[in-house]
Amino acid sequence: MVANKNIFEIKDFSIFYGDFMAVKNVTLNIEYNKISAIIGPSGCGKSTLLRSLNRMNDLIISSHVAGELFFQGVDIYHKDTDVIELRRRVGMVFQKPNPFPSSVYENVAYGPKIRGIKKKNQLDEIIENALVKADLWKEVKDKLNESGLSLSGGQMQRLCIARSLAQEPEVILFDEPTSALDPISTAHIENLLQELQKTVTIVIVTHNMQQAARISNYTAFMYLGEMVEFGDTNSIFVNPQNKLTEEYITGRFG
Amino acid sequence: MTQGTESIHKPFAIVRKKRYNLKQGFFLSLIRMFGFGGAVTLFAILFFVAYNGIHVLSWEFITEPPVDAMTKGGILPVIVGTVLLTVFCMIAVIPIGVTTAIFLSEYAKPGFILNMVMMSIYTLAGVPSVVFGLFGLAVFVVAFNFGMSLLAGSLTLAVMVLPYIISTSEEAIKAVPYSFREASLACGATKWQTIKKVVLPTALPGILTGAILGTAKVSGETAPIMFTAAAFFTPGVPRSLFEPVMALPYHIYVLATAGTHIEETRGIQYGTALTLIALVLGMNLLGIILRSRQRKKRAW
Repeated sequence: MVANKNIFEIKDFSIFYGDFMAVKNVTLNIEYNKISAIIGPSGCGKSTLLRSLNRMNDLIISSHVAGELFFQGVDIYHKDTDVIELRRRVGMVFQKPNPFPSSVYENVAYGPKIRGIKKKNQLDEIIENALVKADLWKEVKDKLNESGLSLSGGQMQRLCIARSLAQEPEVILFDEPTSALDPISTAHIENLLQELQKTVTIVIVTHNMQQAARISNYTAFMYLGEMVEFGDTNSIFVNPQNKLTEEYITGRFG
Repeated sequence: MTQGTESIHKPFAIVRKKRYNLKQGFFLSLIRMFGFGGAVTLFAILFFVAYNGIHVLSWEFITEPPVDAMTKGGILPVIVGTVLLTVFCMIAVIPIGVTTAIFLSEYAKPGFILNMVMMSIYTLAGVPSVVFGLFGLAVFVVAFNFGMSLLAGSLTLAVMVLPYIISTSEEAIKAVPYSFREASLACGATKWQTIKKVVLPTALPGILTGAILGTAKVSGETAPIMFTAAAFFTPGVPRSLFEPVMALPYHIYVLATAGTHIEETRGIQYGTALTLIALVLGMNLLGIILRSRQRKKRAW
């Protein structure tokens, strides 16, 4: 078998909420250690698709899926899948920064602790590493015991990134991570994502087309639940093959 | 055409009609009156009890046991009895109430069984207190063979306050933002780890506030402890869970109706009532302070 360069392989995959088909027969591959962006107008199913990659959609009782979704060759919607381990390996950062109402230290220690790591020096090391990688260490190293909710919006979001990194994931899913942040914090996080890409695969859903153009290697354009176009970010933005894609990225709708 | 233009430019009445003002004023004062009515009633009761009871209150009254067939002395064992009943009631009810609330808000699926459970809880909240007393007598005193005791009384009070604790705990649990649960699950936590490490600690102040306010409500009840725990007289404070206790509400009832010195003990009756009110108000105050502090601290 040829070494597979795709960490996710999505084949003819659909997601339903009750009778409503939110994602329609999507086929898509996500490559290792690349940034893949999903863009599209509100309600096009891009967040729904993202949340199926670590099965966060399971929380919505009426949701069900059809088709196949492979993570490192394993069908994650198979009934024997260990969803907890999947979510450990596929982390997620949300639209609104959501640190726990506890200290900076405890926030980052959450993942390792529930995995059963108890030794203080081992935890200290993991936490420092995660905060350094999330480019937050310098700002918080003297206030590790202060509440995570006392940080600024941009710092909170980087704290959430550090919390996700501490569980040593192979992929991190970002669901519009900068839409609640100011331009400076946004730029900071964009730089951070490009740095993180060296060690983890990143899938990002964004409303901001410039953001997708700036940071991603591949871009997928979705419209009304369908995958309209997927390809190299440069070619999507410079030379879109589909008329809808062209109209969307030139700002004629959406 | 001309007519139409005229009517458009006709200045509208800025000054309201008198009749309208009168009507509005009348209803406004009616609403004020009823509003004040509630406050006045409360203060009338407090004033009446305080006026009649304040002169018996003293350090000795709350630190010494009754003497001379309860016509003299203090009410120490009575206060201790009520405090113990309240404390053990809370110890018994919090684990059961919180566990039920977790089940209802996190695990139970909407449907027939959930509806039945919810309906039972609401109905339980409306059952008269004397029925709880008889239930406690049948179950805890007789069937479980606890006898008339602190334990039987505390458990009876616990059953009575249970619906209240369940609903306040459920509210506190539901008030924990969904984004916290999402964050926890995305970190690879199981549902139970999420509840134990994120949901419950966040909801805890709300749960405790509910427990304190709920228990304050039942600590003044007479009927539930009358057949299950309350003694006419005990020589001192109880030494075990299986001894009967004296309690403030029952003591007032006993002195005012069953004694042979009803007139002589009038002062003690009012003093006891005042102590009970102070205790309940104190607990309510504690609960209210806790709640407002936690609302201020909440940053999400």
